[in-house]
Amino acid sequence: MKSTSEEVIAVSGALGVMSAALFAILGGVLAFAGLDEVIRIHGLLIAVAAIGAGLYIMANPRKGGLEEQQSYMDGPIKFATLAAVFWGVVGFLVGDVIAWQLAFPVLNFDLPWTNFGRLRPLHTSAVIFAFGGNVLIATSLYVVQRTSRARLAGYWTPWFVVFGYQLFIVLAATGYILGATQSKEYAEPEWYVDLWLTIVWVAYLLVFLGTLWKRKEPHIYVANWFYLAFIVTIAMLHIVNNLAIPISLLSSKSYSLFAGVQDAMTQWWYGHNAVGFFLTAGFLGIMYYFIPKRVERPVYSYRLSIIHFWSLIFLYIWAGPHHLHYTALPDWAQTLGMTFSIMLWMPSWGGMINGLMTLSGAWDRLRTDPVVRLLVVSVAFYGMSTFEGPLMSIKAVNSLSHYTDWTIGHVHSGALGWVGMVSFGAIYCLVPWLWKREGLYSLRLVEWHFWIATIGIVLYISSMWVSGVMQGLMWRAYDHLGFLTYSFVETVEAMYWPYIIRATGGLLFVIGSLMMAWNVWKTVQGAKPVDIKQQPRVAAAPELRTGLLAHPAE
Amino acid sequence: MAGNKEIDAVTGVETTGHVWDGDLKELNKPLPKWWLYVLYASIVWSIGYWVLYPTWPGIDGYTRGILGYSQRAEVMKDVALAKQSQASFLEAIASKPIEEIEKNPDLMEFVLRGGATQFGNNCAPCHGKGAQGFKGYPNLNDDDWLWGGSNEAIQNTISYGIRSGHEKAHEGAMPRFGLDQLLTNAQISDTADYVLSLSGAAGDAAAIERGKAVFAEQCAACHGADAKGNLELGAPNLTDAIWLYGGRKADVEETVRNGRGGVMPAWEGKLDPVTIKMLAIYVHSLGGGK
Repeated sequence: MKSTSEEVIAVSGALGVMSAALFAILGGVLAFAGLDEVIRIHGLLIAVAAIGAGLYIMANPRKGGLEEQQSYMDGPIKFATLAAVFWGVVGFLVGDVIAWQLAFPVLNFDLPWTNFGRLRPLHTSAVIFAFGGNVLIATSLYVVQRTSRARLAGYWTPWFVVFGYQLFIVLAATGYILGATQSKEYAEPEWYVDLWLTIVWVAYLLVFLGTLWKRKEPHIYVANWFYLAFIVTIAMLHIVNNLAIPISLLSSKSYSLFAGVQDAMTQWWYGHNAVGFFLTAGFLGIMYYFIPKRVERPVYSYRLSIIHFWSLIFLYIWAGPHHLHYTALPDWAQTLGMTFSIMLWMPSWGGMINGLMTLSGAWDRLRTDPVVRLLVVSVAFYGMSTFEGPLMSIKAVNSLSHYTDWTIGHVHSGALGWVGMVSFGAIYCLVPWLWKREGLYSLRLVEWHFWIATIGIVLYISSMWVSGVMQGLMWRAYDHLGFLTYSFVETVEAMYWPYIIRATGGLLFVIGSLMMAWNVWKTVQGAKPVDIKQQPRVAAAPELRTGLLAHPAE
Repeated sequence: MAGNKEIDAVTGVETTGHVWDGDLKELNKPLPKWWLYVLYASIVWSIGYWVLYPTWPGIDGYTRGILGYSQRAEVMKDVALAKQSQASFLEAIASKPIEEIEKNPDLMEFVLRGGATQFGNNCAPCHGKGAQGFKGYPNLNDDDWLWGGSNEAIQNTISYGIRSGHEKAHEGAMPRFGLDQLLTNAQISDTADYVLSLSGAAGDAAAIERGKAVFAEQCAACHGADAKGNLELGAPNLTDAIWLYGGRKADVEETVRNGRGGVMPAWEGKLDPVTIKMLAIYVHSLGGGK
C-alpha cells in the first residue's frame, strides 16, 4: 500500500509540473502574440500562475505514507474558506458601490473601469462565483470527506481545483474591468476563461466522485446528492451556454454559437439553473450537513429529502423560460416555464421543511447560538424567495414585475438572505473545526453580524419591493386619451429614495461581512476566544470534543 | 446500517439506521400531508393550464390549447384597439393646419397630453423634464429662439435637427476664432467684455470699446450689428442675458476661442409626422412660442 502510493504521488507531482509548464507556455504565447490588450494581460497572468504552481509543486514534495492517508485533506478547504471570506467582502462592497451609483450617477467617475456597466458583472460574479463558489467548494470537500470517512481523492488535484478556481475568478474580474465580456448575464467571461473553468470544474467533479467512490459508509449522505447534482449540472450548463467561436485563437473576442431567441432561451436555461443548481442545490447541501451537525439533531425526514431532491432537480431545469415572458419566445415555451415554476414550489419548500424541522427538540439553540440563528433565518429566507419565485413566474404577475426592481429585490432576498446567511453560518462552523480551535474568537460578534445583516436585508428587499411595484405601475399607467401617464425619466426619478435605502441596507450587509472577516481572522490566528463559556460544545473542533469520529477509516 | 434503527427520544420517530460522521442521522418521518397535497394540486393546476393554453412542442408545431390563445394575436388586438381609440384625433391633427388645431380645445387637450408624453420620452434627456434646458441644451420655456419660435419653425427643427447630418438640417456653426488664429487672446478678452456689456455687465470701458471694434469686424456678420442674432443662421441674440453655454467671462471667451456647434438629432423617420407636429405645438405652447 505504501509503496504504491509513493509512486502515485511521484506521477501526480510530475503531471502537475508538466501541466504547469504547458500552461506557462500557453500563457506566454498569449502574452506575447495576443491580438488585444486583454488577452495579453491574461496570458501574462496565466503564465505567472502556472510558473508559480509548478515551482510550488517542485519545492514541496508530498510525503504520502500512512499518516497522510489516514487524515483528512483540509489544506485546500482552509484556503477556499479564507478565499470565500475575502471575495465575499469584495463582492458585497462592489455591490454597494454600484447601488450608490444608481442613486448618485456622479460616482461612476466618468471612467470606463469604474462605470456601472463594468462593475455590475464584477459584483454578480464576485458574490455568486467567487464568494458562493468558494463556500461550495470548501464545504463540499469538507462534507464529502466526513460523511464518506475517506480522504479526498487525488494528491495535487484538490489543490489544483482550489487554485485554478481563484485564477478563473481573477481572469473573469480583470476581464470585466478591462471591458471584455460576451454579454451573457452571469456568464460574461470570454471563451478562453470559460475553457479554463471547464478544466477546473471537471477536476472538481473527479475529486468529488473519487472521494465518494472510496467511501467507507454504505450510504451516500443526502448533502452529497445535492453537491453532486450541483457539480454535474453546472458543468453541463456552463459548457452549453458558453459554446462560442473566437474570432481568433489569439483574440479575447468570441461570438456565441446561438442567435436570436435561441440564444436568449439558452442563456436563461443557463441563468435560471445557475440559480437552481449553484445557488439552491449546492447550498441545500450545506444546509443538510451544517444544520443537523450544529443543532445535534437528526434530519427531520429522510423520505422528504428523497422526494424533494428528485422533484427539485427534475422540475428546475424546465423553469428557465419564465425569464422571457412576453418576448419573442413562443407561447408554448412560456407556458412550460411558468407551469414548471409553479410545480417547483413544493419541492423547494421540502428543503425548507427539512431544514427548519430538524430543529425539533432543539429550538432553544435559536436563542443561545447565533450561528444556528444564521442558518435557520437563511432557511426562512429560502422559503420566502422560493414562494416569491413561482409567484413572479405567473404571467399576470410577471407583466407587472418584469424588468423592475422587484426582480432585484427577489434575487437579493435569495442571495443575501439564503445564500449569504447559510454561508456565514457554515463558515462560522467550519473555521474552528478546520483550524482545530475550541471555539470562535467571538460568538458575540456573530450576534452583531446576524442582526446588522438581517436589518440590512430587510431594508434592501423592502425598498426594492416598493420601488419595483411603483416602477411597474408607473410604466403601465395610461390616461383617458391613451397616452402614457409617466415618461421614463419620471420613473427613474421616483426611485431615488428607494435606491438610497437599498444602498444603506447593502452598507449594513458589508459592515456585517467585515465583522465576520475579523472574527475569522482572529480565530485562524488562534486568539483566545473572548466568550468561550457562552459557546456550545459543538463550536469546538471535533477532535477537541469527545465521542466523535475525527479520522477516515483507512 | 439498517440494523441501527432506533427511536428518537424527542420526537418518538424511528431513525433510518444510517449514521454518518459520528452523529448524523435521519428520521424516517413520512411526507407532510399538506406538502404532498399542495404538490399534487400544483401538478393538477399545471395540467389544466396545459389543456387550455399552448404548451407541448412536437415534431411539427405544438399543442394549441382549447382557448386558442396566442400572445401575438392578443398584442395585435390591443394595439389595434389603442390605435382605433386615437385614430380620429390623429387624423384631424394630420390633416388640419396648426392654427385650426389651436382653436379646437378637444384637439388641443389631446395634442398637449400626447406632446408632453413624447417630450418626456424623447426630448427630456437633453432638454430636461420641464424643458428647462441645461448648459448647451436650450431652455424651451422662454421666447429666446435660436432657429425660430413659430410652430412651423419648431416643427422643422424637430424634423431635421441641427447639424444632424440630415440634408435639411440647420447648418452653420460658431467659428473657432482662437484655435484658428483669427483673433488674439487679447482681442478675445476684449470681445467677451463687449458682449457681456450688451447684457448689462460692467467692465473696463477701454476694453469694451476695443471689443466693439472687433465685434463689428468679426461677429456682426452673423449676430447682426445690433447683436440681436439671426434666426436664419442660428446666431443667438447676445443682448438678452440668456447664455446657452454660460455667462461668465471665461465661458464667453471659451465660446469665441473654440467655437460652438451643438447637435440636435433629426427626428424625421424616428417619430411619425403627426407626433412631430404634436411635439411642435407642445413646445410652442410652453410659453415662448411666437
